[in-house]
Amino acid sequence: MNVDILVQNIFNALQFGSFYAIIALGYSMVYSILMLFNFAHGDIFMTGTYIALGVATVLLGWALPTWVVLPMTILLAMALTSVIGMVVERVGYRPLRDAPRASAAITGLMIGIMLETGVLALVGGQKVAFPELIKTETIHLGQITLTNIKVMIVVASLVMMAGMHQFVKRTKWGMAMRAMAYDFPVVPLMGVPINNIARLTFGMGSGLAAVAGIMFGLAYPILNPYMGIVYGWKAFVAAILGGRGSIMGACIAGYMLGFIEVFVTMIASSVPWMSPSWRDLISYSIILGILVFRPHGLFGESYSAKLRL
Amino acid sequence: MKVPESIKTVFAAIRRQVTGAPLMSWLFGVLVAVALEYVVGYPLARALGLPKVPALFGLTLMLKQPLLIPSALLYTTIIYVLPVGLIAKFSDVLGNAIAARLLKLPFVVTVMVHLGMLYLVFHLWTGVSDYRLVTLKFMLIAILLTLSLNLINGYMGEFSCSHPGFMALGAYTASMFTIGLFTDNRLLGEAVFHSPLLGYALFPLMLLIGGAVASFGALIIAIPSFKTRGDYLAIISLAFLFIVKSLIENLEFMGGPRGLSGQPDWATLPMVFSITVAGVWIMNNFVTSTMGKGLNAVRDDESAAEAMTVDTRAVKMRCFLFGAFWAGVAGGLYAHVIRYISPADFGLTKLAEILAMVYFGGLNSIWGSIVGAVGISALSEVLRPLQMLKWLCIPLLLILVMIYRPRGLVSFKEFNLRKMLSPRRTKV
Repeated sequence: MNVDILVQNIFNALQFGSFYAIIALGYSMVYSILMLFNFAHGDIFMTGTYIALGVATVLLGWALPTWVVLPMTILLAMALTSVIGMVVERVGYRPLRDAPRASAAITGLMIGIMLETGVLALVGGQKVAFPELIKTETIHLGQITLTNIKVMIVVASLVMMAGMHQFVKRTKWGMAMRAMAYDFPVVPLMGVPINNIARLTFGMGSGLAAVAGIMFGLAYPILNPYMGIVYGWKAFVAAILGGRGSIMGACIAGYMLGFIEVFVTMIASSVPWMSPSWRDLISYSIILGILVFRPHGLFGESYSAKLRL
Repeated sequence: MKVPESIKTVFAAIRRQVTGAPLMSWLFGVLVAVALEYVVGYPLARALGLPKVPALFGLTLMLKQPLLIPSALLYTTIIYVLPVGLIAKFSDVLGNAIAARLLKLPFVVTVMVHLGMLYLVFHLWTGVSDYRLVTLKFMLIAILLTLSLNLINGYMGEFSCSHPGFMALGAYTASMFTIGLFTDNRLLGEAVFHSPLLGYALFPLMLLIGGAVASFGALIIAIPSFKTRGDYLAIISLAFLFIVKSLIENLEFMGGPRGLSGQPDWATLPMVFSITVAGVWIMNNFVTSTMGKGLNAVRDDESAAEAMTVDTRAVKMRCFLFGAFWAGVAGGLYAHVIRYISPADFGLTKLAEILAMVYFGGLNSIWGSIVGAVGISALSEVLRPLQMLKWLCIPLLLILVMIYRPRGLVSFKEFNLRKMLSPRRTKV
């Protein structure tokens, strides 16, 4: 095996890992702060991608140059998807805050199905192409070839994650989030507006999901309404694998999932008696193995939680 | 929501009319209704201008062709509402007498008589159309599945996501036995035994083996996840679901991603009915046993349960394996009803469906599981003419149920057979 393929695969893994990590961030924030499985998040990611597609198509229709369209698409898609996230929180989760946690998970699952059906009804089941907002260029570094999009995705994701980390660690809002994750019942007694914080959490998670969606659209310009399920559930696995209450944990687990998947595929296709379709089998077995030894996730603290019935 | 007084009075009047009728009378009424449909259903439907006998009480038809609503309503009234209502009204004395007489005999006799009547109802009802037969079989299997997940999510209070995986294990194991041993198959070679009768007789055994394999798979999840408390069952079971799906996709001798077809048609109505009844009975016994009480104790407060000498880990493991076993059995039945299985059948869509049934019906309750399974299956059949909108209506309904009744429609309700089958005390 030559270095070229190895480095390319590392970048592939970083790229997939970035998608997983950013989606997992949204899951992990909601899970840490409200102790909820937000099963709608994968479909919010999908909806965000379609919103970006719509916005970009409209803007390109006005014959704007792409360097104007791209930032506007990102901003508008983030804003609209955040609104969707907040509506989901208001409609699906806030009425259920005192209900069993599993019920809220079911509501999320159902909202996800509704989003999916909504997109399916509006756009149709066929695959649609995402407009090329950044011209793909190939970068040659000695023997190694990369595309500029891959590099951009990785850099942008790392910047966003660092920003998110700083937000949670440094700001007043972030402190309120950490407090809610630490002791939910006491926080409102200290005058923290928990509803606003919950809304903010959902909004930020959804906005990030929209960015992930745009990056996904740039890297893989073929979209279908079921992509939310595929990537959403994998990101969910990454979020829980990272551990509760750890944003960095979710990100690292997301990248880990990306690396495991890409390298399992690489190894499986080079070993004669294995085939790349073994990817899920092996990668989830590895995850299962990790969870056996670290049952609270990679960076999670031990805690006791039951479904409140 | 305020119900107008007049409607309330009407309903109260109706209820007063039939309140003395025991289950026996109701069953008898339904039996007469379906017998009536069996005999005169088709001519009556033609006379009312309906294309064929309305399969699900005319509900699907009403959505598909709104012009036929009056005829469909009339049909349902003549065939179902009138006979059932009248018999429930007028046979209460007789029904109560018979029920009381039966109760003097061993309890098994009462149960058997009622089950026999129920089976007869199903048999006649499905005799009219094949569509009904398949729908009913899927509903019965859904009851088994829902109840087995309710054991884990409701009675034990964990959140398991691996039920489709257990189903797949059961379905593939049972199919391998039936296809491999009793049919000539492209993948699995010629039949070993050439007697379909023997196969049919051994079919329950194969389902049990399927269930056992599913339980064995559950052991892989149960050992790591019940070491600690918390949400790790959710994720470990999800990983397990993906692993099972991927494993089956990569086993070429079982058809791989193309699936496995050609299962013999052994999941007949009597078979599905008796296995479902047996499953409900055994699971009801499980949850009312001492271990079932321990299970509820574990759910409500694990530390307290441990202090009260409940072996929490053992109880959780047993319950999980038991639930998985029945999911495997249900999967085996499912494979032989649909007679084609592929790994894609046992994915996240199936998971969402089963979870919806459990939480719609109600946690910690056998009735809830029955209501959930029948309700969601019936809804998804009835709303079929709405096509895609169906997947907006059902989730919306479920969200509303979750908001207004977060534990499901009939949660925490006791399943008391003796009370159900005994005669109603009539007012003096």
